[in-house]
Amino acid sequence: MTDIPFLSLAIWVPIIGGLVVLATGSDRNAPLARTLALVTAVFGFAVTIPLYTRFDVASAAMQFTEARSWVWASHFKFDYYLGVDGLSVWFVLLNAFITIFVVIAGWQVIRDRVAQYMAAFLIMSGLMNGIFAALDGVLFYVFFEASLIPLYLIIGIWGGPNRVHAAIKFFLFTLAGSLLMLLALLYLYSVSGSFNILDWHRLPLGMGAQSLIFFAFLIAFGVKVPMWPVHTWLPDAHVEAPTGGSVVLAAIALKLGAYGFLRFSLPIVPNAAVEYAPLVIALSLIAVVYIGLVALVQADMKKLVAYSSISHMGFVTLGFFMFNLFGIEGALIQMISHGFVSAAMFLCIGVLYDRMHSRQIADYGGVVKTMPKFAAFFMLFAMANAGLPATSGFVGEFTVILGAVQYNFWVAFLAATTLILGAAYTLWMYKQVVFGAVANDHVAQLVDLDAREFLFLAALAFCVLAMGLYPFPFTEVMHASVNELLRHVTAGKL
Amino acid sequence: MNFVVPDLYQASAEIFIAVMVLVLMLATAFARRVARDLAYMLAQFSLIAAIFITLSTLDTQPSVTFGHMFVSDLLGGLLKLMVYSSMIVALLYGRSYLADRKLDRPEYYLLALLMTLGMMVMITSNHMLTLYIGLEMMSLALYALVAFDRDSARSTEAGMKYFILGALASGLLLYGMSMLYGATGTLELLGVASAVKMQAANVPVLLFGLVFIVAGVSFKLGVVPFHMWVPDVYQGAPTPVTLILASVPKLAAFAMAWRLLAWGLFGLSAHWQSMLMFVAAASIILGNLAALAQHDLKRMLAYSGISHMGFMLLGLLAGVVDGDTHHALDAYSSAMFYAVAYVLMSLAAFGMIVLLSRAGFDAGQIDDFKGLNRRSPWFAALMMFVMFSMAGIPFFVGFFAKLAVLQAVVAAGYYWLAGVAVVMSVIGAFYYLRVVKFMYFDEPVDNSPLRAPVDLRLMLSANGLAVAVLGIMPQALMALCEHAMLSSF
Repeated sequence: MTDIPFLSLAIWVPIIGGLVVLATGSDRNAPLARTLALVTAVFGFAVTIPLYTRFDVASAAMQFTEARSWVWASHFKFDYYLGVDGLSVWFVLLNAFITIFVVIAGWQVIRDRVAQYMAAFLIMSGLMNGIFAALDGVLFYVFFEASLIPLYLIIGIWGGPNRVHAAIKFFLFTLAGSLLMLLALLYLYSVSGSFNILDWHRLPLGMGAQSLIFFAFLIAFGVKVPMWPVHTWLPDAHVEAPTGGSVVLAAIALKLGAYGFLRFSLPIVPNAAVEYAPLVIALSLIAVVYIGLVALVQADMKKLVAYSSISHMGFVTLGFFMFNLFGIEGALIQMISHGFVSAAMFLCIGVLYDRMHSRQIADYGGVVKTMPKFAAFFMLFAMANAGLPATSGFVGEFTVILGAVQYNFWVAFLAATTLILGAAYTLWMYKQVVFGAVANDHVAQLVDLDAREFLFLAALAFCVLAMGLYPFPFTEVMHASVNELLRHVTAGKL
Repeated sequence: MNFVVPDLYQASAEIFIAVMVLVLMLATAFARRVARDLAYMLAQFSLIAAIFITLSTLDTQPSVTFGHMFVSDLLGGLLKLMVYSSMIVALLYGRSYLADRKLDRPEYYLLALLMTLGMMVMITSNHMLTLYIGLEMMSLALYALVAFDRDSARSTEAGMKYFILGALASGLLLYGMSMLYGATGTLELLGVASAVKMQAANVPVLLFGLVFIVAGVSFKLGVVPFHMWVPDVYQGAPTPVTLILASVPKLAAFAMAWRLLAWGLFGLSAHWQSMLMFVAAASIILGNLAALAQHDLKRMLAYSGISHMGFMLLGLLAGVVDGDTHHALDAYSSAMFYAVAYVLMSLAAFGMIVLLSRAGFDAGQIDDFKGLNRRSPWFAALMMFVMFSMAGIPFFVGFFAKLAVLQAVVAAGYYWLAGVAVVMSVIGAFYYLRVVKFMYFDEPVDNSPLRAPVDLRLMLSANGLAVAVLGIMPQALMALCEHAMLSSF
């Protein structure tokens, strides 16, 4: 299609840029490190734009493919094989886009070890692009694992008081899941003689093998999504992570697990996926309803948004396992929308936290009196989080519920409670924080958004509204691939 | 009886080192005033010269000499080259530490060279007697080295423990060898192999001997249930000696295990593989669980070493499945790759302890790494590489080492073994992460700048970078291992 290896650029520009930033060393060079990081992030986003503009929406095949053998490791029989289709292309763009916000969000707040901070985010961004673009099992695994290291360091170094616990918990939970995935990958290799994911899609497998592989993937990706009951690492990690860490975690890292279901579970073991779909749907509904209720009683804003993320991701897994067009497309839209909305929510909380150094809802009240511009943005994002029509949050949720109605009325009924619960906890938090009388002197002394903050919130607000009003560019891209996936799953392998 | 002059050319490296041992002994006896520096220089010179000698005598065709007692093949040549290089690194790392504690006596280098000679003999033996002689030469030198800090009760206690248990293990090995001799009528490894193949040997006696051989080999590798000496000896020995103990002999032990089991007793692989399966699984489980509870870094690395050797055995035991030798080459190469990768990581990890230590202070506790990122971001990053590599996280060499052995195990169909290895890797990751935590998340207790000589810093940097570079391009090393296995198997 083209000679420029856009996917490789999307992966390696941030990583190499990150290493350069790292080389600026001590905090004396902090301004240089920040500027370099921003340049890298913007450039890293720029190289992903052609992935959208040159994307052939009519094709379900992998595009922008690059296949080279990894000659430096040829014994291990895996290839440097990249490509994106309608399922993954948006996540590469989203990831590169969000990275810019992360760099800007840490611009003034991070004063300690700036170069390391920026480098960690840039390198992580490149590695995550690698996950979305990898079409080789080992390559996927390598990026999947390696991306744990920067996030571990980010939470552990720049996080809150209980950061060590959160960082280690995050690392071990994910590692436990992904090592099981490694076993499944090695098994698939020993059966097929190839690490190529597309070959695995065509590989005939018996029901027994499919079931085992399915559960290995379910644990690996379920931890990452995270699904109930292995979600407990996420609230800890969110609460302790610095704002940028929370943004990446919610906007991108959670999507990795959901994406894994689409790339691995559904196409490689379709019969097992259909067989065990009720289990996944049950777990997803628990996440939607029960975690939604848990979110209602949170006193900490970040925790509340973290639980709301789990609940929203429950919607995503629910959509995937109903195996209809509305379900999967709705879930994909929900993923992208949640990427914008959760990033915006955490950035908003970050704006408050930078001023007050508290995330407790009880410490706030009447913020609208001192920060009207902020309150307006926060309002929009809160509404999007609750799924108000005309925001991006509505499109995904509504489509998934449509899919659920096709599947089973009661599933749809339970899923729809999210509209009530989501509105309840988001608006309750919003009311407590923003409205009411000015709670204390600290709130009275708050200053409204500065230009930097205004800019990044405005940009995200634009995305949220644009996606809510005109989701066609998003759905158009995924259509062919989702249809192909559904056809493949329905055909089965037995 | 006709006497044939053996082909000395094949053994020129061994002869050279043996001569250099004598030269070192005499030179340091006569030049007392400069003995310390002279001994160090001579030892390093001998090892570097040995690299060139081995390189020039390297032959892709295996050949035997000394009446079939000595084999010269690519595998032996490569392992010897790795032994020299890791010994050079180990001596370099240890020098300033020893000097600070007035331990840099010429005997240290003498013993190190003797030990090298022992390992060379082990690596190149085609005969159980030469193997045993090599093993004893290496072990006796090591016993003395472990007890080298003779004023320290810990060091002498460790030396004593190591000696008694080591002697017992040597006895077991020797007993096993005598059984093999009884069953096959020969001590020559290839002779044993053909006797087993022809089914000319008495199988119960062979198996009886095999049990003792596996026990002896397991002791030298330091794997469960013959691991008890490892933590105490690692902790008690002076750090530079631990550095040697935890790295170079693993190569020789690998060679011994491979020559005895995969070469001599290949026909019995179904039997020794099932024994090693237990040994490997138990080592991985116990090593990782016990390492969790350690506060002493040397003890932690000792337990982690036990689990790493278990992983290495995974490669060795996955060679033959139901008489099918199809995967043997891949499996044995993966084991060798693992051994080399482990030596590389182990050298770097203990090198870091030496780097942080100074006169009157041993950085043996994990706490001593607190806030290293503040004191020296560069070395903290290198130590992080090593820790993540040991945990098997990409892009570090440890990941590919684990991947290679797991590929071999899965190809052999031992899924439960792969499962154990994988689950234990998660537990193992915890204590490696803890070291990273201390370095990056905590504030330093001790803000003194690192005082280490330039050569140590440079070598340690190269070593740490090698862990990262081989994690992106492991093929060079892997190809060497495969090539060596192919030409010697």
